[in-house]
Parts: sequence; structure tokens; C-alpha cells
Amino acid sequence: MTDSATIQGEAIDKSDVTIEGEVTLPADMREDMLKYYKEMLLIRRFEEKAGQLYGMGEIAGFCHLYIGQEAVVTGVQAVLEDKDQVITGYRDHGHMLACGMSPGGVMAELTGRADGLSRGKGGSMHMFSREKNFFGGHGIVGAQVPLGTGLAFANKYKNNGAVCATYFGDGAANQGQVYEAFNMASLWNLPVVYIIENNHYAMGTSVERSSAETELYKRGISFEIAGKMVDGMDVFAVREAASEAVDHARQGKGPFILEMNTYRYRGHSMSDPAKYRKREEVDDIRSHRDPIEGLKKQILAAELSDEAHLKEIDKEIRAQVKAAADFALESPEPDAKELWTDVLKPVEA
Amino acid sequence: MSRMTMIEAIRNAQHVAMSRDEDVVVYGEDVGYFGGVFRCTQGLQEAFGPSRCFDSPINESGIIGTAIGMAAYGLRPCVEIQFADYMYPGYDQLTQEAARIRYRSNGDFTTPMTVRMPTGGGIYGGQTHSQSPEALFAHVCGLKTVLPSNPYDAKGLLIAAIEDDDPVIFLEPKRLYNGPFDGHHDRPVTPWSKDDLGEVPEDYYTIPLGKAAIRRPGTDVTILAYGTMVYVALAAVKETGIDAEIIDLRTILPLDIETIEASVRRTGRCLILHEATRTCGFGAELMAQVQEQCFYHLEAPISRVTGWDTPYPHAQEWHYFPGPKRVSAALCEIMEG
Ligand SMILES: Cc1ncc(C[n+]2csc(CCOP(=O)(O)OP(=O)(O)O)c2C)c(N)n1
Ligand SMILES: [Mg+2]
Repeated sequence: MTDSATIQGEAIDKSDVTIEGEVTLPADMREDMLKYYKEMLLIRRFEEKAGQLYGMGEIAGFCHLYIGQEAVVTGVQAVLEDKDQVITGYRDHGHMLACGMSPGGVMAELTGRADGLSRGKGGSMHMFSREKNFFGGHGIVGAQVPLGTGLAFANKYKNNGAVCATYFGDGAANQGQVYEAFNMASLWNLPVVYIIENNHYAMGTSVERSSAETELYKRGISFEIAGKMVDGMDVFAVREAASEAVDHARQGKGPFILEMNTYRYRGHSMSDPAKYRKREEVDDIRSHRDPIEGLKKQILAAELSDEAHLKEIDKEIRAQVKAAADFALESPEPDAKELWTDVLKPVEA
Repeated sequence: MSRMTMIEAIRNAQHVAMSRDEDVVVYGEDVGYFGGVFRCTQGLQEAFGPSRCFDSPINESGIIGTAIGMAAYGLRPCVEIQFADYMYPGYDQLTQEAARIRYRSNGDFTTPMTVRMPTGGGIYGGQTHSQSPEALFAHVCGLKTVLPSNPYDAKGLLIAAIEDDDPVIFLEPKRLYNGPFDGHHDRPVTPWSKDDLGEVPEDYYTIPLGKAAIRRPGTDVTILAYGTMVYVALAAVKETGIDAEIIDLRTILPLDIETIEASVRRTGRCLILHEATRTCGFGAELMAQVQEQCFYHLEAPISRVTGWDTPYPHAQEWHYFPGPKRVSAALCEIMEG
């Protein structure tokens, strides 16, 4: 009990809230800068391409882009081990790329082709990878939170030392099942890190218009779950907070909540009239807090690289993304028979 | 009179209902400030203020549960569940509470509430944005289930639903919002502005719940359909030249069995259509009732064309969707029987 009481104390102690710019950078940061830069840029270029293909009619239905939020998955993934699981909602392309799933496989699912990670059955919102321990890709807001909690239960049961990174949005944070899961995770002391990607809007509804308590890292207080607010636009701030939270969970101290203060630049999905926020608000964040531009400045300041080299990196990533898009467009339509596979395990004759 | 899309008709119906009765409140996810993701509540907050049209957090269970409380104490909430696929967290409240308060309280309390939700596929929504759960409501005693197929009906039925003293599920086929889509996904859809059923009076009117409409009179076979499948049926009839009578059920519960029975007794054949999966779909109930009422008048087995028993796929949407080709084939087959 004392243990969790201390944790709770930490959670509500404002001095423990990491806000923009207040992070002390770890010594090994220099080495990792370029790595994270590339990882974030891959997500951004991938998403830009997906947006483009959507515009061309090559992707249909829903398509939720992650542009603006790249530092969150990149920073968290940096501290995860292969055995750890990742689960998220429908804004999932970035998570899959960060997990190391193939850009071509993701893109081919977006275009609904046979080589898509769900062979066209899932589309943008529903993909999985056993190999990369990625458990979806969930279209129902909040549904993944109890699922991630169950994955964490399995980790504890099997005593495998793994942690489940369970992502959800500020809007999802109001679903009732999230709180059922919080209570269970704390009661059963499960190795789960809840990552709330607070991009300030759930579709057209701002956090202020939907949440009585807008500081979402406090949502675990009544369950004695520690929480932290993190600058989700700074990959190193994310990494540092994730490292603390994941260690905490891995050491058997139970769940942890990270509220990532982030922002989505694009519309909720592809048809978004964007009447719920001002253009200037988006522009302001883009020009002052962009995670990739921010890191680029740090890289240049540290003289780790120069403009020419960074351009070269961008060129390589663009080529990689183009290859993924070509793959996704060349892949055949799924066979009609696929419609009936994997509904249930066939009854053996 | 003016021409309206189904979206405009639904918006207008809520406007009329709110103007006539100040106990009508409208809420749901993105419903107030944003005007709804399909724009079905646009302008209502401006017109009636944020105490009568407002946003809720993403809480389907909370939306339906609070509506029940409001309704039991004299309000007439008309709530939106953004897609029918999101209704499941609120399904417990709907089935165990909304549907049962009248019975449980011996009629002391009722829950005059309307739950609007877009239903069906056709927009590449995939597994979690395309389902047709009407049978799950019809199976629960104590709920009424309405499923309009055009702007004129949508308005009249929605006002009737809001005024009804019992809980009404109001399913809006999202593929029909802008025009009578007939399953030919490779062809442009005629907008409602060019269709007679897009002609909607601005003023108050209602269409009684529980009354079907004959969309096309005919003598060879009776087609029972609702929502999008009404237009698929019309297309198939045109393509096969078979003189089918098409009945648009409009309300699936209470069911207008009289109209169905009279038609099937005349034609001697019955084809049932729905987009939902086959097993335990509403078509199964229709088959049972037609068989019970019309057995001695049937000249061929009753048959049905439905979605397959699979989750709604993303890429293979049109393999799943029971389009005009499948309906035409079934029509030809039933005429041979
Ligand atoms: C149960 C359920 N309710 C509603 C929706 C519709 N919906 C999809 S995304 C969304 C907003 C979620 O916002 P947030 O959790 O903040 O995530 P973000 O889109 O900002 O990443 C809503 C209301 C849904 N998919 N599932
Ligand atoms: Mg959000």
C-alpha cells in the first residue's frame, strides 16, 4: 500500500509534470538523434503519401493520419523491448511503422490489396502483427484499453517480464471501459503503460468541451495509478517519460499513465471540414512545436549533421515510401474467396 | 415544399420537433457545436441553444443511459449514436433498461426517447463502420425499430418517433443520405433533388410507425425490403423485367404484416432482402411470418438475399453487399420455382 501511495503522491505532484523544454537530455542523446529523426520522418512521409493516394482515389473509406504526433510513438518505442506489446486505436499507421512493420504491407492494406497486412479485410484501422507483437488497430474508440490490460495480465501470468504499451486518445479517455480497465490494472498490479495521446480534439470536439478534468494524466488518481504529463512534441521528453513508466511497469510496480501533449495537423479522417479549430492554431503549433523540425534544429545545433546530409536522408526516406506505395498499387485485389476465411476456425471433418 | 437530402430532412424533422415541444433535447458525439459527423444536427445548437442541443463525450453507454433517465422524467431526448456500430457499449442500457421500464414499472414510467444511428455499408467503412444491427433491436421486446429509405419518410417517421411514448431506434441508411443508391457502386447516384421522394414539406407532418409502403405495385412476386435494399430491388426489377411488388417496410417493429400478407397472397411468391448478415437476420423472422400467414398461397419457396455470414470486409465491400446482380438472380430463380 505504501508503495502505491508514494506513486499516487508523485502523480499529483505538479513538480513532477514534465512540460516543454524542461527535460534534461540524456548523454547518449547525440547518437540517437539521427535515428529518431529518420524514424519520425518515415512516419511523416508515409502519411503524406497515404493522404496523396487517398486524394487519388487509391485508398477508400477511413484513413486517420498521424502527422504531428510522430514523436510519441518514436519516443515510446525507443524504450520498448521486442517482447513488449503495442496496442492502439484506429490512428495506427505510425505505431505500426514504429514497431517495424513493413511500410509496403501497411500501405497495401490501405489500398485494400492482397499483400496488405490484413489482406484487405481490415483497412486502415485494423491491422496486426504477431511477429512485431502489434495487437491492432481498433476502430471502436476505447476498446483497446481493456484489451491492452488483458495483454498485461497475460504477461504477469506468464512472468515473461513484458510490458504492454496501450495507446488511446483524449476522446477515448472518456469511455467507461477505460476506467474499468484502470481499476483492474491497479488492483491486479499489471505491467501496462497507458499512453494517452492528447491531441486536443476528438473529431470535432475539443477536450474542453468533452472533459470535466482536462488534465488527463490525473485520470488514474482514484485508482492509485501514477500519471505524468509529457511534451509529446519532443521525442526525448517522450523517451525519458516512457523509460520511467516502462521501468515502473516492468519492475512489477503496476500501471502508469502518460499523457502526451501532442497535436494532429490534418483532419480527423480524410473528410474533415475543420470548422472546429482555427487555421492559425494549427499553423502556430506547426511552426513552433513541430517534433521533426525541432529535432532537426537540435541536430544542426549539435553539428551532428548538415542540411545537405539531412536532405539526403529525406531523399532516401521518400524513395522508401515511394517503393511502399508502388508495392501497394501493384499488389492484386484480394481473392473473392478471402471473404470467408478466418471467420472461425473451420470445423474439422 | 422543398427538395431535401435525407440529411436535411432529418435535421428539419428535429428542428420541427424541437420547435413544437420544449422537452425535446438533442445530443450525442460531435452533435452540438460541430453539427454531427453527417451534419444531421447542423444548426440546431444555434437555433435552440446549448441546453437543448449539445455535445456528449464519447460515451455511448452514458448517452443512452442518461436519455432513459431524462425520458422517464418527462423529457423527449433524441440522441445520436454516431454509427450503429458504436451502439454496443450502450446496448445494455437499451435492452435492459430502455426496453423494460414500462413493463417493469407496470406502466408507471415510460421512456419516450429516440436513438438515431446511421446504418449499413457502401462507404468502405469496413468492419466497424458498416454493420446493420436492426435484428438485434427487433429481437428485444420493448423497442420499436424504424428504418426509412427516403427523405420524405425520414422526416415523417422521425417526428413520429420523437412523439412516440416508447423508445424508438431510428436507423438511417448512410448510403442513402445523399441519394437513392441502388447498389451500382460504379455509377453515379442521382441526388435526392432529382427524386420525387426528396420533395419534403417544411412543416409538421408524421408518418405512423408500423405502416409499410408499396414502392412499386406488381403481380409476379412480392419483395420485402427496407433501407438501401429498396433501391437495389428497384434496380433488379428494372433489369429483369419481372413485375415485382416492392414493399418498403419502413418500420420493422411493429411489423405491418397485413400489407405483407395481402401482397404475398396475391403474388404467391416472396423474396426478402437485407444487407445484414443472413443467420438470424430480420429476414429469418420475415420468412417465418410469411410462411405462417401465407403458406397455402405460396407457389415457390420463400427466399432471401442478404449479406454473407462474415464480418463486413473493407476491400471486398462489393462482394459482401447484396447488389442488383444477386437480387436479379434470386428473382429469376423464384419465378422458375
Ligand atoms: C465506440 C465509438 N464511438 C465513437 C466512434 C467514432 N469516433 C472515431 S474516432 C473518434 C474521436 C476519438 O478521438 P480521440 O480519442 O481523441 O483520438 P484521435 O482521433 O484524436 O486520435 C470518434 C468519436 C468510434 N469509432 N467508436
Ligand atoms: Mg484526440
